[in-house]
Amino acid sequence: MKINKIILSFISAVAILLSTSVVSLAKVVGDKIVLGAAISLTGKYSSNGVHTQNGYNMAVDRINSMGGIKVGGKTYKFEIIYYDDESNPKRAAQLAERLISQDGVEFMLGPYSSGLTKAIAPVTEKYGVPMVEANGASRSLFTKGYKYLFAVLAPANLYLDVAIRTAVELNGGKGVRIAQAFEQDAFSQDVRLGILDAAKETGSEIIIDDKLPKELNDMAATLVKVKQMKPDVLVVSGHTKGALTAIRQIAEMKVDVPMLAMTHCDAAKLSKQHGKNSQYALCASQWHKTLTYKDNFFKDGMTYAADFQKEFGYDPPYQSAESSAALLVFKDAFERANSFDQKKVRDALAATNMQTFYGNIKFAPGGQNVDKPMVLFQVMCDGAGKCENKVVAPLKWASAKLIHPIPKWSDR
Amino acid sequence: MDFMVFQYPMITIQACLDGVLLGVLFALIAYGMALQWGVMNIINIAQGDLVILGGYIAYFMYLFGIHPAWGVIVSPFIMYFVGIGIYKLVINKVVDRDLFISILATFGISILFMQLMNFAFGADVVLANSGYGTTFLFDSNVVLPNSKIFSAIVSIAFAICLVIYMKKSKLGRAIRATAQNARAAKILGVDTEKVYAATFGINAALCGVAGALISITFTIHPYMGLPYTIRSFMIVIVAGLGNLPGVALSGMGLGVFEEFADYLLGTEFRIGSVFLLLVLILVYRRFKLSRKREYLK
Repeated sequence: MKINKIILSFISAVAILLSTSVVSLAKVVGDKIVLGAAISLTGKYSSNGVHTQNGYNMAVDRINSMGGIKVGGKTYKFEIIYYDDESNPKRAAQLAERLISQDGVEFMLGPYSSGLTKAIAPVTEKYGVPMVEANGASRSLFTKGYKYLFAVLAPANLYLDVAIRTAVELNGGKGVRIAQAFEQDAFSQDVRLGILDAAKETGSEIIIDDKLPKELNDMAATLVKVKQMKPDVLVVSGHTKGALTAIRQIAEMKVDVPMLAMTHCDAAKLSKQHGKNSQYALCASQWHKTLTYKDNFFKDGMTYAADFQKEFGYDPPYQSAESSAALLVFKDAFERANSFDQKKVRDALAATNMQTFYGNIKFAPGGQNVDKPMVLFQVMCDGAGKCENKVVAPLKWASAKLIHPIPKWSDR
Repeated sequence: MDFMVFQYPMITIQACLDGVLLGVLFALIAYGMALQWGVMNIINIAQGDLVILGGYIAYFMYLFGIHPAWGVIVSPFIMYFVGIGIYKLVINKVVDRDLFISILATFGISILFMQLMNFAFGADVVLANSGYGTTFLFDSNVVLPNSKIFSAIVSIAFAICLVIYMKKSKLGRAIRATAQNARAAKILGVDTEKVYAATFGINAALCGVAGALISITFTIHPYMGLPYTIRSFMIVIVAGLGNLPGVALSGMGLGVFEEFADYLLGTEFRIGSVFLLLVLILVYRRFKLSRKREYLK
């Protein structure tokens, strides 16, 4: 009996040893570089999670089919292990742990949203696993001194900074009166901090400063105040809910404001869901297909958008574009490091200085991309009611002229 | 604190009107809850999720080019059968158990519905555009979206129909009898099983109407049900069971309270203030009850 037990435990020990030794090879198996990613395929972030995954997959296919990654004179291909984090930060952290310690992944791609990236970053940091993320913009990610976190996107506080500066410029350099309403989550509050900074620097005054609840679906009270106080700029950030609710109620209550700036317009499919009511809204975006950045893999934004459309059947939102860019950054870093040593790859990532179709990428010591400004587009509709997003700022990439001030509802 | 609401009288009027229009809609949802709470002694945590599901029905009609206002007819029709289905599958097994079990069961249904809706309809926030205009009052200082007025009128109409139905129809009488004393009703030949199913169906249908109205006035999202459950729970607690004028009044009161909390404390406390009010009312009721008890001693 005893002997049996000993044999059994011996066999299981061997089995465990074997299985771990097999997976610990997983970082680079044969000619494959295995990356790990926990992505929200279900739960409340699932739409953007899928955009992220499509962006990753698109870039993996493209890089692999165009010669792969050359390290130490050998050619490798990318492969990604995905897990579904169910839009749940706790689950995301568990999965990161599992990817690293069980699946042996040594390089990670980011999840969707600031909240989930925040949950994963301490794990990757603990194991010294370099992570290139494309969907966590919260400023607090870049002030914690993380060494292995790199974000290809501009931090959240820069999202609507351009809008305030443009409004001040149009006001002859004088400060403007700002009304703002922000949801109470990490991302929107960072956008708010950016506005506070911009207001301070430009001598602008914040006359309404509302915070929106998570379950927000009515902001009539804020809009009534806007009607009474007549600010020069109204800024709203509350994910897709915020954008949709704001446009609906501004149109219904006929609120006249010279400039309306928001986030998440394209995720909310504003022009599709609201049509002409969304006209003239200014939207912050990380990327737009008409920008003229270039690279060797996707050529430029327009080509990327066309290829993406062909592959997945919809116009790529910026969440997909930035996710694709993350893979380009990894490829570049592996080749410059010419090694799979995590420290060397990390140093190579830190020294990144490149242009992709998505924009220039250069990381600050905190890990955020400092070489890519945000763009603002404006929803513009033609006579037939067909609406399009046109880039209006910064001027360098503008494909249309900003319409300012927004015409009054009574004149439309 | 922001006292703007008192500095501009027009804002006060606006807040009251917004609150009343909103409150009528809440009252409709709460009436459904009061009905099945009274009849079956079940607190339905999934109430808000039924509302959201009703909203999706109107939204899909809108997607197919049908005006979403038709949703207030179609959605309750479909939701009635959804309600019966839920009753047959789950509720009839917990109907005469204690309150705790039924709360757990409906909580489970709520989670299931959220995930299923998310799975089926996606996690995007959606809405249906009614294209109704805006009504301006007081030299256009007070603006009321017609969609809100429409939803208030429809809510009132449905409530009135329901009251008449409960008074006049055979099923209505059976429902009232079961609510008063299920055992006695059974002895006198009322098929209580059928009554329960119908009650749950009617409740779901009311949620369907409310959901369709919410898709026209606000937004719909799979995870947005809970605030509606809490609101209706709170309205029922204040008004008591089987007291429709009470439900309507406390619904409007809650609507106005929410609007004023929004102006005075800030939008971030809007829903929080509802929770706070709920706690205060529960404490007050307990206090009142305990005094009564002492008196009896």
